[in-house]
Amino acid sequence: FSLLSSESVWGALRGEAAFSIWDFYLNKTDIVDFPRFAHRGLLLDTSRHYLPLRAILETLDVMAYNKFNVFHWHIVDDPSFPYESAAFPELSRKGAYNPATHVYTLNDVKLVIEYARLRGIRVISEFDTPGHTLSWGPGAPGLLTPCYAGSIPSGAYGPVNPILNTTYQFMTELFREVSTVFPDFYLHLGGDEVDFTCWRSNPKIQAFMQWMGFGQDYAKLESFYIQRLLNIVSSYGKGYVVWQEVFDNGVKVKPDTIIHVWRENAGPYQQEVARVTKAGYRALLSAPWYLNRISYGQDWQAAYQVEPLEFEGSPEQKALVIGGEACMWGEFVDVTNLTPRLWPRAGAIAERLWSNKTVRDLQDAYIRLADFRCTLLRRGIPAQPLFTGYCDAEYSGF
Amino acid sequence: MQGQRGAMEPARLFLGILCASAALAASSLHQRPPQPEFLLQEPELELGESPSGSLWPLPRSLRILPRQLQLAPARFQLVHGPGSTAGPGCGLLQDAFRRYYEYIFGYSKWQNQGQRPLPAGTELLQLQVIIGSKDSECDNYPNITSNEACEYLIWYELFSLILLGLETFSQLVYEDDYGTFLINESEITDYPRFAHRGILLDTSRHFLPLKSILTNLDAMAFNKFNVLHWHVVDDHSFPYQSVTFPELSGKGSYSYDHVYTPTDVHLVIDYARLRGIRVIPEFDSPGHTQSWGKGQKDLLTPCFNGEHWSGSYGPVNPILNTTYHFMTDLFKEISGVFPDAYIHLGGDEVDFTCWKSNPDVTEFMKQQGFGIDYAKLESYYIQKILDIVSSANKGYIVWQEVFDKGVKIKPDTIVEVWISSLYTTELSRVTGAGFTTILAAPWYLDYISYGQDWKKYYSIEPLNFPGCEKQKKLVIGGEACLWGEFVDATNLTPRLWPRASAVGERLWSSENVTNIQDAYNRLVKHRCRMLRRGIAAEPLFVGYCDPEYRGR
Repeated sequence: FSLLSSESVWGALRGEAAFSIWDFYLNKTDIVDFPRFAHRGLLLDTSRHYLPLRAILETLDVMAYNKFNVFHWHIVDDPSFPYESAAFPELSRKGAYNPATHVYTLNDVKLVIEYARLRGIRVISEFDTPGHTLSWGPGAPGLLTPCYAGSIPSGAYGPVNPILNTTYQFMTELFREVSTVFPDFYLHLGGDEVDFTCWRSNPKIQAFMQWMGFGQDYAKLESFYIQRLLNIVSSYGKGYVVWQEVFDNGVKVKPDTIIHVWRENAGPYQQEVARVTKAGYRALLSAPWYLNRISYGQDWQAAYQVEPLEFEGSPEQKALVIGGEACMWGEFVDVTNLTPRLWPRAGAIAERLWSNKTVRDLQDAYIRLADFRCTLLRRGIPAQPLFTGYCDAEYSGF
Repeated sequence: MQGQRGAMEPARLFLGILCASAALAASSLHQRPPQPEFLLQEPELELGESPSGSLWPLPRSLRILPRQLQLAPARFQLVHGPGSTAGPGCGLLQDAFRRYYEYIFGYSKWQNQGQRPLPAGTELLQLQVIIGSKDSECDNYPNITSNEACEYLIWYELFSLILLGLETFSQLVYEDDYGTFLINESEITDYPRFAHRGILLDTSRHFLPLKSILTNLDAMAFNKFNVLHWHVVDDHSFPYQSVTFPELSGKGSYSYDHVYTPTDVHLVIDYARLRGIRVIPEFDSPGHTQSWGKGQKDLLTPCFNGEHWSGSYGPVNPILNTTYHFMTDLFKEISGVFPDAYIHLGGDEVDFTCWKSNPDVTEFMKQQGFGIDYAKLESYYIQKILDIVSSANKGYIVWQEVFDKGVKIKPDTIVEVWISSLYTTELSRVTGAGFTTILAAPWYLDYISYGQDWKKYYSIEPLNFPGCEKQKKLVIGGEACLWGEFVDATNLTPRLWPRASAVGERLWSSENVTNIQDAYNRLVKHRCRMLRRGIAAEPLFVGYCDPEYRGR
């Protein structure tokens, strides 16, 4: 008989995943296995393109095969708001691509969370603010900042308006709901790429800046907003993950905040990881793992060769890197190409986050990953090829 | 004619019909323009309405009238018109009528039985198809001389044009918010700018299951491509099951089920024919033939390390008579299997290292007086192959190296330009020497990159090279190539479409159809239409289709 023992049910699940990839013969083997990093995540973006439920569920299945354990659901953004809120139904009614068909009902969301749970996967939702919120505007009038052209409104809108009490009342209610719906301790609050142009143009905001003594430093206004948001979320007993700009812009965050390092064009990301951990915060790495950035050839190798702890820092700092996330942003991705674009490339990242630091041999990895890819085909997953070759059972599920 | 209320003035109704609607149903459109994306450098295109609706590729001449006509699924018919030389016995058209009826009505969400009474004179009851030529070519295969001019008002079309015309017609029909099918009266004159509009598929680097090839043929028809360049064998595997030499695939395919049987091949050819698509096979030699050597002893050149065989093989061995006996028999079979007038013979990337190492080859070079110019040996080989293929009554296409290396080729050879650096210079050279040419160099779609690369494929102008009018006429078209190193059935369709659609319009539409914003507006809708028809074409940019792809 075979014995699979683990301290928790989650470990047992991972063991099951390991067993399942051996076909019909099992050599007597002793395996001791545990992950190197605790947070092994994958980001899906359901705002740039709506992803039907079955695409999300299939992704969760394959995440389990790869021992990913966090589903980072970047659920809303500028182009569309598919999350059907009970407290604010107008958000999706006015903000979804098609409120009848391109939405996630509360039942859909519950299904995703439970489906993930049964596979040992946490679901961390991201409601990104104050930027990336254009789709929130139609369903929440007054939420976004009206931009000005000189002394009159231009008709365009910018980030969330940080100077109105109604903004914080809205966020209080919305995050009360979000905190209840998503059981994980952490919420991702975004905070990336806040463009100050619109704020600067708005006379009421200019006045506010003066009154608060912020001068011309709009990072202080952003900080003002984020701090209040973090307090709201804390009051619901949640922790939070934020994109690196929140840290970079000097926003005062609680010590247990997780900083998500993503930028590739702001200097080497290793330096950012060093800075974040030196300041005592835990870090998540995504910068070298943007799988949406495709290129010709075997780009899985570059992802595989990333060493998350290769930065200047003390052992204490290194211990603060709790893991990373492969990101599949949705500008050019929907259900027609999601699965082949994700797999098996994300598998390279999965191994980097699970296996020992010394497991780096590309040739060996290629053989195992190519084999694993054929396994995925047998399970009906259209994972694309690594290179020239074949699988005994080619993909046939059109 | 059936139908009561709309049948009042049927004859005039049909003459006034056709083409291009200005506005498509709002239900399938994006409501909100996509937002600017920080990560991308170029100014983004905002989704809007094109005056040409969702037509792709854009017809050569288009006039839209405001009058709308309704179509009732229960009563509308595609029929053979009076005076046509084709009738119900023409299987190809019967098949097309059924297919296009489904494309027009079958995907509607609204199974509307049409209880509303239609005002008299506003219902379109039929599309009549009339073939004017004496030989209706109904059971023939399409070839390069198929008359591809399409003018709806005067019905002078041959069947491949009929197919293209049906496609255009199907792109004109749209639904309003009540699910009513509408079409605007218009006039279209349509014919392709280039006669050869091809897609290259590579079934050697990865085997492509039959279904993926057939799905791709459907997509080609939706985009008015008319040539499937089937690069069927290469170094890595030999999936073509030859009746004359069964060991070629017996030993050279990836496995027993990674083969195309004669039935499979025939199915592809016929499926293509029904869509007006020619199938040109490529049996590339003397290079790219590693897999041939597994099932055919002594075909490939043994490479030497000094005096001893190194254990590996190189290109086809050009010095043995057995080579040419083999090629004669093989190409006799291929010529019988593939009905097209042309075969692609390859001839690219021949590495001379192995030939140079082999003492018998060296001896042969001496005897022939070639010195150490191995291009002469390659020339010797190619010429013999060309003769073999000619005597099988086929024309041939070759990759540009055959021309570049000065191989003596017949004047009617077609040269395919594929090397991307300085390809415009190559076009000048090839056409300057009087050869017909096909352009592939800027359209290697296997070279993926992040962002909207369809734009760069769209903005290529094939005739932008130094040369006189006569030279430019020698460019008969181009091909979008999807080499298979990183492509198989799991990712073929989204990688090829809609990027290849950009190439399709460039090869069909007029030279001055270059407005990227208008192209974007139409291509976004065309992509959603492909989804509805079961083609998993990937998105161009942020947005949505209603419905999203349902295939899986």
